[in-house]
Amino acid sequence: MLDSLQRLGQAGLDRFQRLGQSVLFLITVVARMMAIVRYPSLLIQELYSVGVLSLALISISGLTVGMVLALQMYTTLVNFGAEQMLGPVVALSLVRELGPVLTALLFSGRAGSALTAEIGLMKTTDQLSVMEMMAVDPIRRVVVPRFLAGIISMPLLATIFSAAGIMGSYLVGVGMLGVDDGAFWSLMRDKVSLSEDVLNGLYKSILFGVAAVWIAVYEGYQAVPTTEGVSRATTRTVVHSAFAVLGLDFVLTAIMFGDY
Amino acid sequence: MFDEKEVRQSDEMIVRINNLHYRRGSRNILDGININIPKGKVTTIMGPSGCGKTTLLRLIGGQLRPEQGSVSVLGKTVHTLNLQDLYELRKRMGMLFQSGGLFTHLSVYENVAFPVREHTDLPEALIHALVLMKLQAVGLRGARYLMPAELSGGMARRVALARAIALDPMIMMYDEPFTGQDPITVGVIMQLIRLLNDSLGMTSIIVSHDVYEVCAISDQLYMLGGGKVMGEGSPDELQHSPIDEVKQFMNALPDGPVPFHYPAKPYDEDLLQGSGRC
Repeated sequence: MLDSLQRLGQAGLDRFQRLGQSVLFLITVVARMMAIVRYPSLLIQELYSVGVLSLALISISGLTVGMVLALQMYTTLVNFGAEQMLGPVVALSLVRELGPVLTALLFSGRAGSALTAEIGLMKTTDQLSVMEMMAVDPIRRVVVPRFLAGIISMPLLATIFSAAGIMGSYLVGVGMLGVDDGAFWSLMRDKVSLSEDVLNGLYKSILFGVAAVWIAVYEGYQAVPTTEGVSRATTRTVVHSAFAVLGLDFVLTAIMFGDY
Repeated sequence: MFDEKEVRQSDEMIVRINNLHYRRGSRNILDGININIPKGKVTTIMGPSGCGKTTLLRLIGGQLRPEQGSVSVLGKTVHTLNLQDLYELRKRMGMLFQSGGLFTHLSVYENVAFPVREHTDLPEALIHALVLMKLQAVGLRGARYLMPAELSGGMARRVALARAIALDPMIMMYDEPFTGQDPITVGVIMQLIRLLNDSLGMTSIIVSHDVYEVCAISDQLYMLGGGKVMGEGSPDELQHSPIDEVKQFMNALPDGPVPFHYPAKPYDEDLLQGSGRC
């Protein structure tokens, strides 16, 4: 009994220690962010591998989510004779919630895990130690470009996800189910506010981006330099990012949209 | 940060290690060792696997902090330096890692050019000439377009060596340079270490357990064991050392004061205990 309590206490302390270490790591990364001025080409490379290479996944996912949303919403709205509201309902769901959240979850699975594995393997194969011994700071050279690329990519990808979703719902709602074309767009324009909905969704996606990419680079940098260590770190990135994004989403939604 | 006068004042001893202690978990890796590494010589730290040789190199390079004692390089106590000063010091050091540590996304040419691009503003033509000179020194000028994945183990280590000497360091550290290499590559690396040391006026520190090879190229040897310095001197002195541990190591005897078996309970007791738990 005492042993179990002791183990529980130790596990709790370990978690807090990791949390503290990750915050210190974030502070170090932010403090050295200006180093990107020296490495603009690295940022472009990382934007390509983190952002551009995620485009196919994000746009196809957005399109299918929009199509499914249109089908689901239509069957309910049509019962109340409110099928014209399909456009705004889908658009609000996407820009406020589904766009930022699903993009962040997909992003951590596609790009976050790749960042962790890449940095973890660089550590395992001594490439980070080699840089240190060459008087090249791996935080500035390796972590900062990836961190910034993640933060820049996330809101752009979330916007593309929402746009693709709206197009998907248009194809199904207007093309297949016969919702009026004009009503679909004009009601969407009336009901979706730029400052309330679109920008808040964008802020969410920026914060999700910071959380997901912070977890990804931290896990990679702190990975135990073995095959198993990198594998565990990659898994942790996806799991922790999912928890962080979903938890953060609740808090941000309560702050942004909870007019109680 | 460093001027030549300061370096001269470091009393011809480039690295001074005083009463160095280092612990990993509950295990004492280094337990009060003293080592002096003279300028311009090839000094080898020998010892069985796991005796803390690589740890010692990482302490000299400032990648680890000692529990107690100090490591002083070019007159500077390494663990007291701030990050900027430590990086200044490291610009004068080169290290060849056991794994090579080549950047897998860069070609051989770009790997060697990496430290030059990072620390100088030389024009591309000069970088080109410099990289080719370093690759020529290790015999791999013709392999400059290859990627690290296309290199054999020996070639990768030679590329890593060319990269480590790209900025003409004052101190060159080699971590197990001969391990896992074929005899021809071992011969090439032995020749390169001695040649680079003498022609570029470097100081070389080798960490190795390959007795024959290090005796052939070293000026001075230290033997570590049990976290302490078991013996020191020239290769000839160590080969004729009366100390049992040194004798066992130098003559590759399977058992002796350095036990073959990892500490365990008696063999018969272990066998009779059954297979309930491993």
